[in-house]
Amino acid sequence: MMPIIPGKPRYLLCAALIVLAACSSSNSDRTVLQNKGSDTLVNVAQAWAENYSRVKPDVAVVVSGGGSGTGIAALINGKVDIANASREMKSEEHESMKKNGLKAAVQHTVARDAIVVFVHKNNPAAQLSIQQLACVYGEGGQCSTWTDLGIEVPGCAKQEIIRISRQSNSGTYVFFREALLGKTGDFKLGSRDMQGSKDVVDLVTHTPCAIGFSGMGYGNEKLKSVCVAANDGEACVTPTAETAASGAYPLARGLYMYTIGEAKGAAKDYLDWILSPAGQAIVAQSGFVPVN
Amino acid sequence: MEFAIKASGFSAIFFVFAIFFFVFSTASEFIFEKMDFVEFLTSPEWYPTSLSNKRYGTLALLAGTVSVTGLAMLIAVPLGLGSALFISEFTSGVVKEGLKITIELLAAIPSVVWGFIGLAVMNPLIIEVFDAPIGLNVLNGGIILGLMSVPIMTTIAEDALKAVPDSYREASLALGATRWQTAHKVLFPAARSGLLAAVLLGVGRAIGETMAVLMATGHAVQIPGSPLDSVRTLTATIAAELGETAAGSDHYQALFAVGVLLFLLTFGVNLAADLIVRGRSAR
Repeated sequence: MMPIIPGKPRYLLCAALIVLAACSSSNSDRTVLQNKGSDTLVNVAQAWAENYSRVKPDVAVVVSGGGSGTGIAALINGKVDIANASREMKSEEHESMKKNGLKAAVQHTVARDAIVVFVHKNNPAAQLSIQQLACVYGEGGQCSTWTDLGIEVPGCAKQEIIRISRQSNSGTYVFFREALLGKTGDFKLGSRDMQGSKDVVDLVTHTPCAIGFSGMGYGNEKLKSVCVAANDGEACVTPTAETAASGAYPLARGLYMYTIGEAKGAAKDYLDWILSPAGQAIVAQSGFVPVN
Repeated sequence: MEFAIKASGFSAIFFVFAIFFFVFSTASEFIFEKMDFVEFLTSPEWYPTSLSNKRYGTLALLAGTVSVTGLAMLIAVPLGLGSALFISEFTSGVVKEGLKITIELLAAIPSVVWGFIGLAVMNPLIIEVFDAPIGLNVLNGGIILGLMSVPIMTTIAEDALKAVPDSYREASLALGATRWQTAHKVLFPAARSGLLAAVLLGVGRAIGETMAVLMATGHAVQIPGSPLDSVRTLTATIAAELGETAAGSDHYQALFAVGVLLFLLTFGVNLAADLIVRGRSAR
């Protein structure tokens, strides 16, 4: 499925000839890696692709977002070389791959992240526990106003909690749901389901009543990130690079790239480069946490 | 040449049937084997990605579509018919032409731009004016959708009014009726079926709209209790979720079943509009 890597002599010949037509013919021989998935990872994946085009001009990495589920579905359907995901692949997805006659997917942890819980900057909430978040977001949870949490938010009509969530193919959504409610829990209906992390951040910034979540790369000074406690009464942990890397922060997670079978050829070179210091420096610049 | 024109005429029929066949055949396995009809039509619980308890109830989505469309019509019908009446009966010359062109321009604004206005302009405005917790709701989507349906309504309603013979107007005015009385008592009844068709086509436009309502309604699965509640529509659900689902999965087929529901809804409205127009010309 992966295009064949062009031979080096041909590339050199082309450069030597400096004939435009010849070069464009070699362009069509460029190795193209299709890379799709998580919206959390899409910015850093694009930065990787851009930088990698300077390292290896003969390899083009085409990046698109759409959500972890989208990327994994594309991998299952054989449409991409590498799928980005902000959650681990589900067992039913592994089975679908087997059903399609593909080799088992291999997981590569390319960065670490923390899901940051955001509130409006005027919201006085200093800390929230996982149980409180489950009460707000979970099906059957009784917390519908900020008063229920013992918080009074200035400028918020009726103190109603406006839950901002993500569309259900988002890896962030699936991870957050599982972290709060376990594998079998569901979110309460009636959350505003945004199409991307950026929309969540924008909406929380402009809505005093809101609460939302996204990967830590999307935070900014216009909103407040909440300190999260693993259990009621325990000390809370602020989401930082250190607490995400150590796992002390309760909503820390890995960010992954998946390949069909062990990565080979251009895909392997690309993944090796991503895990090298140069690739991991980009992770840090994008607001995520490098692995190792 | 004759053949080419004939072919393009028939192509519309072909495409409609091909699309319906594709949507229906993709959904058929779900509809006939896996779907619980009662749940699908009467449960508000839409949980397609639950790991423990998948539920495919579309009532909340249907309520979202109906509430936003209903509010849009409350805004669009008076505006659309009013502007048609003004253009057709109360103005002429440059003003008339200018208005017609401007209204057609209104129809040319892409729906994503309308959605952006809902998100960036209407949201803070609604929060401020109504002291609402959030401005992405039925009201926002209804206003945006209403303004989007005005052009098609105005254009068709104006045609309907224009089709009323001048002798009606002359007779009414000769009897001493004012222009407003003429419009109210003579023209509206005479053009009734054309005006109704204009309204129904506007409804069809509103039900099928996707992008603008996706952005303006808040995209929340719930049955709205007031215009200030967020909702999610049938179209927005398909748009937001179809990209994710593995082809052939239950969720994928369920979304096509939602598509069938939507198709039947718009087909019903358009058919009604068509029958009314036909009824008029047959008379």
